[in-house]
Amino acid sequence: MSENLLQVKNLVKYFPIRRGVLLKRDVGYVHAVDDISFNIMKGETLGLVGESGCGKSTAGRTILQLYRPTSGRVLFEGEDLASLKGQALRQKRRKLQMIFQDPYASLNPRMTAGDIVGEPFIVHRLAQGTQVQKEVMRLFSLVGLNPTFINRFPHEFSGGQRQRIGIARSLALNPSLIVCDEPISALDVSIQAQVVNLLEDLQAQLGLTYLFIAHDLSMVRHICTRVAVMYLGVIVEIGGRDALYQTPLHPYTHALLSAVPIPDPVKEEQRQQNIPLTGDVPSPIRPPSGCRFRTRCPLAAEICAEQRPELLEKAPGHWAACHMV
Amino acid sequence: MDDILNVQNLETRFKVKGGWNHAVNGVSFRVSEGETLGIVGESGCGKSVSVMSITRLIPIPPGQITAGTAMFGGRDLLKLSDQELSKVRGAEIGMVYQEPMTAFNPVLSIGRQLTEPLEVHQGLTRQQANARAEELLSLVGIPNPKERMRDYPHQFSGGMRQRAMIAMALVCSPKLLIADEPTTALDVTIQAQIVRLVKELRQQLGMSIIWITHDLSLIAGLAHRIVVMYAGYVIEEAPIKKLYANPSHPYTMGLLNSLPRLDESEHRRLESIDGLPPILHKKPSGCPFAPRCRFVVERCHREVPALLTVEEDHRAACWVNPHTRRER
Repeated sequence: MSENLLQVKNLVKYFPIRRGVLLKRDVGYVHAVDDISFNIMKGETLGLVGESGCGKSTAGRTILQLYRPTSGRVLFEGEDLASLKGQALRQKRRKLQMIFQDPYASLNPRMTAGDIVGEPFIVHRLAQGTQVQKEVMRLFSLVGLNPTFINRFPHEFSGGQRQRIGIARSLALNPSLIVCDEPISALDVSIQAQVVNLLEDLQAQLGLTYLFIAHDLSMVRHICTRVAVMYLGVIVEIGGRDALYQTPLHPYTHALLSAVPIPDPVKEEQRQQNIPLTGDVPSPIRPPSGCRFRTRCPLAAEICAEQRPELLEKAPGHWAACHMV
Repeated sequence: MDDILNVQNLETRFKVKGGWNHAVNGVSFRVSEGETLGIVGESGCGKSVSVMSITRLIPIPPGQITAGTAMFGGRDLLKLSDQELSKVRGAEIGMVYQEPMTAFNPVLSIGRQLTEPLEVHQGLTRQQANARAEELLSLVGIPNPKERMRDYPHQFSGGMRQRAMIAMALVCSPKLLIADEPTTALDVTIQAQIVRLVKELRQQLGMSIIWITHDLSLIAGLAHRIVVMYAGYVIEEAPIKKLYANPSHPYTMGLLNSLPRLDESEHRRLESIDGLPPILHKKPSGCPFAPRCRFVVERCHREVPALLTVEEDHRAACWVNPHTRRER
């Protein structure tokens, strides 16, 4: 068993909903992430999947302390990131980086590509002048960008190239964990493969650990070693990739997998039409009592409304939160 | 079977700073009665512009349709006056768009937006139109249609808005439904619901569908025939099973091999297509895919390949047979 790089313990993130102009008061909370726990092992790629609004991106950002958690702990190298502040946190952040979904919004349009990739060195005072330039050139060739492009601005690059700039920036400080928040969903199909291959190569080359947040279940299966499924702020299932895809335990995972189309008309024709989920995801402001999935679950029983199911180990390394399995 | 729509040699371009952007370059396709045609390609390949040109929903200017015919029910849509065309749009051709939030008018209730075309196109009274709209909303699976008709678009969830938009497109029982990436903004489970709904509806109503998408996985279970576009050209056309079993253009092969698949047992490296799709400021002198192609021969740079027959109903625009690597 390899060692844990990061441990998330009972992480909670609520966003307050405020009303009123002068006398602001909290009228409720969006339960974006509601008590999730998991580990990320060194060198693995953990996939975090779920539909939009399930809290997967919030979870990623809260782990990096881009949002401060409402409660819970994030242990990295023996320290709780949630309790760190200021300089101490900044030091730790060098080891934790992020690749964002939107390669258009996550790069400052007024900075050149070289300045964007070189900025981490300046911020952390790790290099100066020509040394920065040398590092930037190295990073550019590492991610497959032509080093002569360092003086170009983001708008002069295509979507795939911009995502490479974002990847180069995240690699600048030699991080050990990179949170990839839907890094390919804004890209065209033929470009997605380029970026995924690059991420895989970099992982092999640099021994990186990824938290890969995505909604594309086929791509997650391709790139991840373990997968966690989120629904409405909670983890409903977590396990090794093959176990989770071949023998999914939670009814939500079942439903998700049966909804993924396969690029093969013959298989699509033969596929027996599983009962798809009906209805929509309930509001995270007032999530259902007990099991959050019970309003759409084909197996729902009385107990599901009364008791929140715990995430239990149903098979070695394969955990699910359901009363019925 | 008879063609319901037959588009020949369509050319559309857009005026840009210092010249023209050639978005559609001699595109031909047809849709027969009851058939679902998938038009597949990446962003900027001209798939939406082709279809929007037929219904003249592109902005003119800067857009300009420079050539082509689009025969629909014995008339050439490209030659109709604006007035005649607006009788076809919404009545005989229904449309569903990608972003259900922007396609609705936010200040009119869902019900009003459904009844308006019925009053305009079919001359129904308000009561008749209301009854029909209610019927349609329940057809597309919206619970409590009577109450929900009074709601405004923002009160609907994404999946419900897309259902409502399908209802709006079907309101006058069109012969042809054009769906432009209708599920791209939706989650997989909602996407599966919409696809199932469309399949049921096409069986019930017997309409033809043009489904525009970049998603080769989604369209596999939905279309009867596929047209693949690249840089404003049709580069391959085939019945669905032939296309997936025997892709005959290097671009189609590349697209299919770049997809991770849920049914795969071995981890394989995804095949990526190097380079970027071109932006056509001038019409290319050779195959537009040549700079990215692994099978390129000298002729590819000289001549734009014609759509050559691979086998019956299956045509590809490539001078080389990628399976034998010989020139066709």
